[in-house]
Amino acid sequence: MVDAQSTLTLDDSQRWAGVYKLLDRSSLIHPEFEPVDQIKEFIKEAKILVIGAGGLGCEILKNLALSGFCNIHVIDMDTIDVSNLNRQFLFRRADVGKPKAVTAAAFINKRVQGVTVTPHYCKIQDKDEDFYQEFALVICGLDSIEARRWMNATLFGMFDPENPDTMKPLIDGGTEGFKGQARVILPGNTSCYECSMDMLSKPTGFPLCTIANTPRLPEHCIEWASVLEWPNKHGERKMDTDDPKDIQWLYETALARAKQYNIQGVTYSLTQGVVKNIIPAIASTNAIIAASCCNEALKLASTSAKYLNNYMMYSGNDSVYTYTFEHQRKDDCPVCGNAVSKMEFRGDKTLEEFMDFLKEKPDAQLKKPSFAIAGKPLYLQAPKSLEEALRPNLLKPLKDLVSSGDQITVTDSTLPFSLQVEITLV
Amino acid sequence: MIKIWSMKKDNATVDKKKPKVSAAQIRVQKDLGELDLPKTMKMTFPNPEDLLNFELEISPDEAFYAGGTFKFSFAVNGNYPHDPPKVKCLQKIYHPNIQADGNICLNILREDWKPVLTLNSVMVGLQYLLLEPNADDPLNKEAAEDLRNNRRNFESNVHKSIRGGSVNGVQYDNVMSHK
Repeated sequence: MVDAQSTLTLDDSQRWAGVYKLLDRSSLIHPEFEPVDQIKEFIKEAKILVIGAGGLGCEILKNLALSGFCNIHVIDMDTIDVSNLNRQFLFRRADVGKPKAVTAAAFINKRVQGVTVTPHYCKIQDKDEDFYQEFALVICGLDSIEARRWMNATLFGMFDPENPDTMKPLIDGGTEGFKGQARVILPGNTSCYECSMDMLSKPTGFPLCTIANTPRLPEHCIEWASVLEWPNKHGERKMDTDDPKDIQWLYETALARAKQYNIQGVTYSLTQGVVKNIIPAIASTNAIIAASCCNEALKLASTSAKYLNNYMMYSGNDSVYTYTFEHQRKDDCPVCGNAVSKMEFRGDKTLEEFMDFLKEKPDAQLKKPSFAIAGKPLYLQAPKSLEEALRPNLLKPLKDLVSSGDQITVTDSTLPFSLQVEITLV
Repeated sequence: MIKIWSMKKDNATVDKKKPKVSAAQIRVQKDLGELDLPKTMKMTFPNPEDLLNFELEISPDEAFYAGGTFKFSFAVNGNYPHDPPKVKCLQKIYHPNIQADGNICLNILREDWKPVLTLNSVMVGLQYLLLEPNADDPLNKEAAEDLRNNRRNFESNVHKSIRGGSVNGVQYDNVMSHK
């Protein structure tokens, strides 16, 4: 149904007839769902951000574009490698070397009429909060923990409980071989990515002495080449794991060591796998996880069904197994566990007076607080050398050290993690 | 029904916040602020505004390495505490678990690192390594053999090496506290 005020056209109702079958009915899944045109407009117009245009990203872009989302942005810093082509189906042989984001966007724009994908060929860290603020929803299809942590912390940092528009749902997909997970992260509501850091398997490391003296596995030889021999032979020059020459050198060095210890199995691709920490990517795992992520995106955007609460793990190791549970928030989570408290304080009072104020504040109960702004220390209780160097700051008026709106990070042994104080000087 | 978004299209009035501090930085601030170093340890910060890179001096007051002052560099990356800090010995010393180029074989710096461990755990681990060198995990094989075969000989080798002497044809740095 199309009415005169709506931005939807007759073409839309034919174009997205399949999706609208779901959105035109009232009680398919969610009894309180009201089918109104606003919802269809929202899906058509809302800016959706996809992070990563790799294995998961290609699937996510395709799914979103075929679900009625018409305004999609994608960020990826990578270029296409020939080894991506088996599963990253938006790319062709002739695209090797081109930016993934640009190529994927062009493919969808050409293939799916009515959908606009805007590419951003850069790092997520190159974009500021103003950029992220424009989106209704963020879907991550990343292979890096660091990028996920950054994105998670950024979206939580932007969240202001008093302004619902700042709440950006984050749908995070991840795969590793036959296993994967999809989760819905709602700032201010659910647990966050940082809360689950302890669920990660630790990076495989081998004891340095084993690598140095008693290698038994081909991996030991490769680690020896990259950790111990590389700095010996190349000095300060950093290894470029994307440079075939560097990988070749590591491979040859590891192979020579393997021969010496009679170890089989050092190959070029294993060398690459060990130093780049590559886990085999499986197309069907990506398809399953991306499907779940986009399913959640459609449910969140349309409110036509309850969304995932909040963690779905999938294992394809033995047949198909999935388990959904509510991952709990961690009270001492460094990202979502510490609410920002706003305080006013006189700018002509010293840092020491501010410290005494916090110590006496009944709801803070601090004993020996340390202070920093954006990682730059103002005063630390220990170690001694640093305490002495920073001690003069205690006697300085607050207005010489901070400005209104600064967030002071306060740590103390009595705090589970930290306290963020947004200060207003009066 | 939960209204996740208000359907308004303009969200112009969102005030911009200052750059956020990273979880790694907060954690390092917490680790440092709560340190209670024994008098055998001293830290120095080449740039006091940078809490992620610093040096630690350990001056053991007993066992083989007593009398020396041993310098270590710490580099904490943005993925701390998921990743361990990178620690190197800044001097060339004769020690079974420390290589001439500064690499250290300490389990919690690699395979046994856990995010619940702190900078303090690593510092205690390093001091322990100086008090109790371990012949079973050698990085300097000759030093490990000396320790295993003849403790007295090992002891005199350490005595020589920390004063800048040579052991097994290799010259080591003079690390005596009062040179």
